[in-house]
Amino acid sequence: MSKCNGGKSADCGCNSETSTPVETARRWFLKSAAAFTTIALAPNVTLLAYAQEGGAQQPGQPRGEPVTAQKRWGLLIDLSKCAEGCEACVGACSRENGWKAEGHPRTDAQWIRKVNIKNRKSGVERSLPVMCQHCDSPPCVDVCPTGASFKRADGIVLVDKHICIGCRYCVMACPYQARSFIHEPVEDQKSYAPRGKGTVESCTLCVHRVDAGREPACVEACEAAGHKAMIFGDLNDPASEISQRIAQFPTHQIRADLRLDTGVRYQNL
Amino acid sequence: MMGAQSYIAGWAYVLLSAMLVSAWLAVPAYAQEGANPAGTRLAMAPKPARGQGDKCVAPTDWMRRNHMSVLTHQRDKTVHDGVRAGPFDLKGCISCHAVTGEDGKAVTVADPKHFCRTCHDYAAVKVDCFECHASRPVEGEQSSQLNTERDLAALADYLKGKSP
Amino acid sequence: MKRVIYRELETEPGFWGPLVALVLLVGAGLGSAYYMEHHGHVVTGMDNRIVWGLPHVFAILLIVGASGALNVASVGSVFGIAAYKPMARLSALLAIALLAGGLAILVLDLGRPDRLVVAMTTFNFKSIFAWNVFLYTGFLAITVAYLYVMMERNLGGWTKPVGTLAFIWRLALTTGTGSIFGWLVARDAYNSAVMAPLFIALSLALGTAAFILITSWLLAADGRPFEESVVTRLGRLLGIFAAANLYFAGVQHISALYIAERVPVEDFLLVSGGIYPVLFWGGQVILGGLIPMALVFFAASRSTVLLASVLAIIGAAAQIYVIIIGGQAFPLSMFPGYDVSSNIFDGAIADYTPSLPEAALGLGGIAIALTAVLVAVRVLRILPLQLIGETDAADGNAGTQSSGSQKGRPAAA
Repeated sequence: MSKCNGGKSADCGCNSETSTPVETARRWFLKSAAAFTTIALAPNVTLLAYAQEGGAQQPGQPRGEPVTAQKRWGLLIDLSKCAEGCEACVGACSRENGWKAEGHPRTDAQWIRKVNIKNRKSGVERSLPVMCQHCDSPPCVDVCPTGASFKRADGIVLVDKHICIGCRYCVMACPYQARSFIHEPVEDQKSYAPRGKGTVESCTLCVHRVDAGREPACVEACEAAGHKAMIFGDLNDPASEISQRIAQFPTHQIRADLRLDTGVRYQNL
Repeated sequence: MMGAQSYIAGWAYVLLSAMLVSAWLAVPAYAQEGANPAGTRLAMAPKPARGQGDKCVAPTDWMRRNHMSVLTHQRDKTVHDGVRAGPFDLKGCISCHAVTGEDGKAVTVADPKHFCRTCHDYAAVKVDCFECHASRPVEGEQSSQLNTERDLAALADYLKGKSP
Repeated sequence: MKRVIYRELETEPGFWGPLVALVLLVGAGLGSAYYMEHHGHVVTGMDNRIVWGLPHVFAILLIVGASGALNVASVGSVFGIAAYKPMARLSALLAIALLAGGLAILVLDLGRPDRLVVAMTTFNFKSIFAWNVFLYTGFLAITVAYLYVMMERNLGGWTKPVGTLAFIWRLALTTGTGSIFGWLVARDAYNSAVMAPLFIALSLALGTAAFILITSWLLAADGRPFEESVVTRLGRLLGIFAAANLYFAGVQHISALYIAERVPVEDFLLVSGGIYPVLFWGGQVILGGLIPMALVFFAASRSTVLLASVLAIIGAAAQIYVIIIGGQAFPLSMFPGYDVSSNIFDGAIADYTPSLPEAALGLGGIAIALTAVLVAVRVLRILPLQLIGETDAADGNAGTQSSGSQKGRPAAA
């Protein structure tokens, strides 16, 4: 029994301080009795209280139901619209998720970067953002010893930082150099984008926004910059804009030879 | 073998001396407690900051014992299943139990007055949460979509119905 | 028939002197680990391109060496070669100690070493890394049991079955370690099944070399005879393993050269990559392979075998450095036919300069292994009083007991 029970509740955080000792003691008794049901039911409380809301999820409302494989989130990036030198998507990602340059380019986080490519024969130049490609068969998930690297049912590849031990094997396994290891202490993280020294991180497809029915920050920024080179949507839904574009135009997966079935596709590469 | 025996005996002396020294170092603490047991305990007992509003998302005493389990449960549901609604989210704890420091801003876990630290320092239990999570509400952050009022009300109603 | 007598290490200065030096090295290693943990890996030479650095070179060196160090015991127990049986206890001890040292480095280099318990309780069984957790801990347990049945004369009959299990397990362990690299499908420098036998051959050469040197050191410390015929016999074994290692390294690179898309990375490792071709040809092939083979086959003596052992270890370190660091330094090929650039060095060769804390952590791991060996031979009957050529180890398991009770016991050790 805690030293800090009903009678001494003034010492203990949450109780109302206006109660008389008798009331407090009575309420403590009631709560003790209730605690048994609460222990048993607390998970159900969550489920019951929110089960109805999940179905009718509104933008801006928290998601109450587990994600399913009905959806598979993806990005289509049109290189003909992606401007060389424009880093709107990179800046938006950094601001949204709270990663930034610490002055050590070789160890700094880089969830998304602009890559410039130039064809050796034709001299054609292109610029494109590269981030986690959210593979359907992600090598990083296969190699992770603890299962911290995982793919959500809706196709978003994430790091569960609670069980990441920082071995960096996923960084070795990723074909896209999309992951970075946090080399320095981090402070004042965003509440929805926790990140800390000694773990691995990468693009989350702004999972906190997706769960609230919104688009990733990079897509929003690209549109705001007037390029509209990035389309976010459900690859499983034939009616979605992204699926229709992929059906209509030839698109490219980076390292398609590995047959990882990436969720990020490129048009006009 | 004599060599091996004296070797082991040597280590035994080292160990024994270390134990005696630690016991001696600990004497002052015990002496004080012996002199005034109740007073010392009360003085040392943690005084965590009161939350906003008039009650926690679950009975205080129950939370005191079970907050770690429910936080872990909610954490797994959020990270792996994307379930972001629920009363036991760390963000809720952090914002409701924020402690204002001398500069008028909420203190981080670096400050001993931080809600989590008051008890965890006392119990000498390491908190791993703030290696990654923000330990104070992030000012001006708009992505916090949780409807705290509604969540707390729903749970409170449910618990009231269950109480005898 | 001569009995093999095992005795604790008796020298005083030969024990305390090295022990103090080793403990200081262990302390420096632990201090470095704390420093890296406190400040983050930014204080090391490792970065987002070279995610595994010098600590991993040392760790793999020790882990691979551990399974190879057991080989001397296996030759005695599993293949029944009597001359190796007196060395079996030290061989098993060395295997345990080297593995412990290697794992210590690996764990202390983690981003979150405090979560070791997570690594030991939460598994993704599709990961070869998770399999290795079981291979390593299983190897430790089996080798401890092996050492126990070798030292407990009433259990002599178990030596062969437990020794056989340990032998099979060590093959699995090195296969697993090689596959950590061999199964990285995205990297042209790795992604090859030959990594598994390559690592086994490497382990045999490295482990035998380490065994020769440490046995010489310990026997010499106590003034116990280590006859030249035994040394040169072990040296020939080392020569064969060095040849096998070169053979598999040849298969690795020649088969990669046959795959058009891998020519650039092979060119980098073998010709144009600066330090890496130097380490490959100079360190791995010449110092670590050809010279030791020449020494042990054409000029075998105590001193040449000891020199060959030192060179084989240097060569193995060079080989592992080229595999781990060289394999990461070459950029990933994402856009074939294009020149690639970005602010995080896409398309560029990654620089790597090892830092002092990394080196100290790696040396600390070696010191952990050697400390364990030194203390164990001091308190347990591991070291034979002599290693001489004519030893008939039909009773290699007999310890110091009188021979009366040993009659009729199967030749067990």
